[in-house]
Amino acid sequence: MPVIDLAVTPLRELNQALHDLTSGSNDTHFEVINPRGHHAVAVGVDQPVTVDVKGSVGYYCAGMNEQATITIHGSAGPGVAENMMSGTVVVKGDASQYAGATGRGGLLVIEGNASSRCGISMKGIDIVVHGNIGHMSAFMAQAGNLVVLGDAGEALGDSLYEARIFVRGAVKSLGADCIEKEMRPAHLEILAGLLDKAGVADVRPEEFKRYGSARKLYNFHIDNADAY
Amino acid sequence: MSYQNPPTTPRKSATFDDFTTSEIRRAAATGIYDIRGGGAKRKVPHFDDLLFLGASISRYPLEGYREKCETSVVLGARFARKPIELKIPITIAGMSFGSLSGQAKEALGRGATLAGTSTTTGDGGMTEEERGHSQTLVYQYLPSRYGMNPRDLRRADAIEIVIGQGAKPGGGGMLLGQKISDRVADMRTLPKGIDQRSACRHPDWTGPDDLEIKILELREITNWEKPIYVKVGGARPYYDTALAVKAGADVVVLDGMQGGTAATQEVFIENVGMPTLACIRPAVQALQDLGMHRKVQLVISGGIRSGADVAKALALGADAVSIGTAALIAIGDNDPRWEADYNALGTTAGAYDDWHEGKDPAGITTQDPELSQRLDPVAAGRRLANYLKVMTLETQTIARACGKNHVHNLEPEDLCALTIEASAMAQVPLAGTSWIPGKGGF
Repeated sequence: MPVIDLAVTPLRELNQALHDLTSGSNDTHFEVINPRGHHAVAVGVDQPVTVDVKGSVGYYCAGMNEQATITIHGSAGPGVAENMMSGTVVVKGDASQYAGATGRGGLLVIEGNASSRCGISMKGIDIVVHGNIGHMSAFMAQAGNLVVLGDAGEALGDSLYEARIFVRGAVKSLGADCIEKEMRPAHLEILAGLLDKAGVADVRPEEFKRYGSARKLYNFHIDNADAY
Repeated sequence: MSYQNPPTTPRKSATFDDFTTSEIRRAAATGIYDIRGGGAKRKVPHFDDLLFLGASISRYPLEGYREKCETSVVLGARFARKPIELKIPITIAGMSFGSLSGQAKEALGRGATLAGTSTTTGDGGMTEEERGHSQTLVYQYLPSRYGMNPRDLRRADAIEIVIGQGAKPGGGGMLLGQKISDRVADMRTLPKGIDQRSACRHPDWTGPDDLEIKILELREITNWEKPIYVKVGGARPYYDTALAVKAGADVVVLDGMQGGTAATQEVFIENVGMPTLACIRPAVQALQDLGMHRKVQLVISGGIRSGADVAKALALGADAVSIGTAALIAIGDNDPRWEADYNALGTTAGAYDDWHEGKDPAGITTQDPELSQRLDPVAAGRRLANYLKVMTLETQTIARACGKNHVHNLEPEDLCALTIEASAMAQVPLAGTSWIPGKGGF
């Protein structure tokens, strides 16, 4: 198993080594030590490799991930797993702003809390946050699922499209065009599957409320101008 | 026989002119602001207000058609491992599939490739038509991130981070429901038929310090191969250029208010942003102050129509220009051959700008399959190539007349201004004088 020490190895070498992996490569597990808040750690990986980052990272760790399983054994700076396509990213600590921004697929698990704008513009990614999320989360979220075991900050789901939001705790306020919706059996099934994939065992889907788009802002009308 | 006082001629207000009053009636009737495509239609100081001096006794010209006058330009040599080299300093600006038909995107790719230059994607992602038909394709990285994916990043020849555009600095995009076809909806992960709003700000960074980290991420994902452009609307060109350079851009693209958009509010297009002419010198000054002129390339867009405009932009310090509106006209936009159809839409050829409605008679700014069929991408690509070649010849003609063996050797000293405004903005002397407003203490 390659161990890359970012205290001595340039970031470029780490990412190049990950990009040089080909299908069937012998190296299937990387360990990154001393990340020390480096930005852009393990970005653009497109092979089913496992990467364990032992410490906290800066901006955009695991950005645009495809297929890889990347675990951050610490906290993550802004934009963790931004625009992820597939694979799994786990943050053992907390995540800063824009976690999972514009993500199109895969699973992002944040075992601590996530800051503001979690899941902003998400386009198909599934995000499970064990703790709380900050304000403006799921802003303009288009597709995918955002699951929050704790509380959500102000303006949850503002201007969202077809993404689903499940919150177990309190929601400080809902954003424009975001409403609470009925939790039907199909949603409970989706939620149970996500909790299972995220390794959450002691929580039942029935404890959550579901939020989604009222679809009133999908086509502009002047009488809705106050909502903007 | 009764006497009548002589009447005065009916007089309309210059303030409340016909267009203004029609807009008031339209707003009152609909309750919605006017949305349209294109750039600023108001008259602003422009390249027409500059003239070249040409050579005479004090400097000698180069022989037209005999002595070489180079036109090539390299973009992205600052940091990118694979900079791009274009045969001509005229590129095709970013325009989306969604706002344009697939055939129009293909035509732009074909024309640019024939002429040896690049074309650019737009909001909505990269299509196979444009990748397949574009030898050099710039992939836009926009706030909406519609269709954004690492595969397309890797197969792009350069990446353009779009922060703003000249038609609407500070504004996001809009694609109304009429144009959200199945294919467009699928590419953007949106329901069909909704009004699609593009954010005005990137979702995962704000400010120049974050931009530096975002550029690092994109470089790492693409192994430092691709030139990274930063595109800004003409608002604060000195500071925006300086900050883009500081953030690590290889190329700065600066778009003045005459630059077009697929659709936004009329009030935005006409009242926000600066004329292209006013943007160039401050941007060049920023590059010079940082010792980066010609190291970070400056691409100017917004109202470029001819080789004269190209030559003037280059003389003021740009490395290349970009065209959008002119390229659409070259492939057939607003062509009088469709006059009857334009009339049916309540407009006339040359004035049609309701591109967001998706009813373009020329088949360019539409997703309607029947209208789109009107545009033959091969023939339209040929027209664009012809036009680009004419512009290049015109640029060379002027450069030779000024004694330059490369179009990049054109300089402000080759120019004079026809108006005080243009003189102040372009910082070249008023014709027949040595006076530049604001210089030399007065």
